[in-house]
Amino acid sequence: MIRFDNVSMRYPGGHEALSRVSFSLERGEMAFLTGHSGAGKSTLLKLIMLMERASQGQVFVGDQNLNRMAVDQIPFLRRKIGVVFQNHQLLFDRSVFDNIALPLQISGYEKSSIGRRVRAALDKVGLLNKEKLNPILLSTGEQQRIGLARAIVNKPQVLLADEPTGNLDPQLSAEVMGLFHQFNQVGVTVLVASHDLDLISRMPHRCLTLQQGRLADA
Amino acid sequence: MRSSPQQDKPKARGSASTQQPDLKDRGGSYLNHHFETAKVSWQRLMATPLATLMTLMMIAIALSLPGVLYVGLQNVEQLGQRWQGSAQLSVFLADALSEAEGRDLAQQLSDNSQFSQLSYLSKDEALAEFKAYAGFGNALELLKENPLPAVILITPSTDYLLSDDLSNLTQQLLSLDGVDDVRVDMDWVQRLQAMVTLGQRTVLLLGLLLALGVVLVVGNTIRLEIQNRRDEIIVVKLVGGTDSFVRRPFLYTGFWYGIGAGLVAWLLVQLSLWYLGTVVDRLIQLYHSEFQLQGLGLGATLLLMLIAVTLGSGGAWLAVLRHLRAIEPR
Ligand SMILES: Nc1ncnc2c1ncn2[C@@H]1O[C@H](COP(=O)(O)OP(=O)(O)OP(=O)(O)O)[C@@H](O)[C@H]1O
Ligand SMILES: [Mg+2]
Repeated sequence: MIRFDNVSMRYPGGHEALSRVSFSLERGEMAFLTGHSGAGKSTLLKLIMLMERASQGQVFVGDQNLNRMAVDQIPFLRRKIGVVFQNHQLLFDRSVFDNIALPLQISGYEKSSIGRRVRAALDKVGLLNKEKLNPILLSTGEQQRIGLARAIVNKPQVLLADEPTGNLDPQLSAEVMGLFHQFNQVGVTVLVASHDLDLISRMPHRCLTLQQGRLADA
Repeated sequence: MRSSPQQDKPKARGSASTQQPDLKDRGGSYLNHHFETAKVSWQRLMATPLATLMTLMMIAIALSLPGVLYVGLQNVEQLGQRWQGSAQLSVFLADALSEAEGRDLAQQLSDNSQFSQLSYLSKDEALAEFKAYAGFGNALELLKENPLPAVILITPSTDYLLSDDLSNLTQQLLSLDGVDDVRVDMDWVQRLQAMVTLGQRTVLLLGLLLALGVVLVVGNTIRLEIQNRRDEIIVVKLVGGTDSFVRRPFLYTGFWYGIGAGLVAWLLVQLSLWYLGTVVDRLIQLYHSEFQLQGLGLGATLLLMLIAVTLGSGGAWLAVLRHLRAIEPR
């Protein structure tokens, strides 16, 4: 589903955030991405989203070569990928409901089916009773779960997460990781970047480790 | 997760492939989305009524200024055309000619089929008329002698409306004995016409400059709006919003500014004309003419709205082209 072929990524400043990274993630597989701060985890996820383009090598999502993807196709790639961001990226000018509804509105769903799907997503993350609140009123952990609800509301083929448990207490972290596991169980390809080695070791999934932009054999 | 236990064991719901909204779901959804976006853009404008009103007034004033001038010129031109239809020749008679000789000459001329109307004014009659209409009565009292010549007023038949024919006629009349001078009111009409043309060019130029101003005002307003909604734009792009989806609300904002400013400008033009109308009425009475100041007709109103909407949307379009590209999620 996701394949990196000798990928290097150099930021305009000259810093090489990824060097010669190769790996592949099968359809329906789940894996963790770990590494020190600055090792290039977020950069790797950005390449999958085409928020950045590889300087060298090839990135594939499904059977699409992202290097060849035209700019006007990027939105349709992103609709296939749900992302939970490191800095949640919620909008504070609208309710929790409207935040989660955004991907559906963009894809052109009817109002009635938007309501149904948003509530289903909220129910999954256990925040059904917060739909009318402004996300700014929620705790950091709750905000992160709203971000997760938004990532899955469109039933994406691929789910990416950047430090989704960064601000959660251990129990909540475990529950959120459990959610990712659940989505993987129904066939979603999942890639989660995380520091939480302890938690990761307890999950039955592959772990990719980045060290200063290089993929280490675990 | 904390909610219901059955969440822990989700039913395997077939594939996890991205579910594109099925056709039924999408049906009127595209139009619906346009409608929604237009509504939300409208509500945003209404949420800051004062700021919106100020921008609206700026645009409306810029639109109404050339509007008023244009309509004013249109009226003047119409007035000119009306007078052109009744060009008049004033044949001034030499002082040496007695009143009887003058009436004789008038009589001879009135047999001429070239004239549709003819009347003779003696020196005294001319003076009386002048006093009555021009309000110089008192000043003229001071003069010992009547300075005005006798005059034969001629309205040529409608065959003589072209200026070439008119000048031939003038030459003929001048060659008559006892005729001092011939004035054609047409001169004045032509001068008026030239001035109207000059005025129209000026209004056009002014209009173009102000249109540019409108585009810049809308463009700048939308630019600020784009900056204010930067976060939203980034998130929308991250979850798969196309460029046209991102653009749409801003274009609708420009569209609403156009509509709103067009309506206000229409109102401003009509109010100005109504105010000017009261002044013009008095002036017109002085010249005993039946003239009605024409306001903006249906065609001109539609044109004004079209221009307003085009400029509003155009300004928004420029701002969007220029500033949305720069906002990409990083
Ligand atoms: N836009 C950018 N321009 C230049 N350098 C960048 C940019 N973004 C990231 N970097 C650099 O690239 C390297 C990898 O960054 P990245 O954000 O991928 O790390 P990370 O593994 O996600 O770290 P963290 O765990 O702290 O989130 C870092 O050294 C960072 O300074
Ligand atoms: Mg990171």
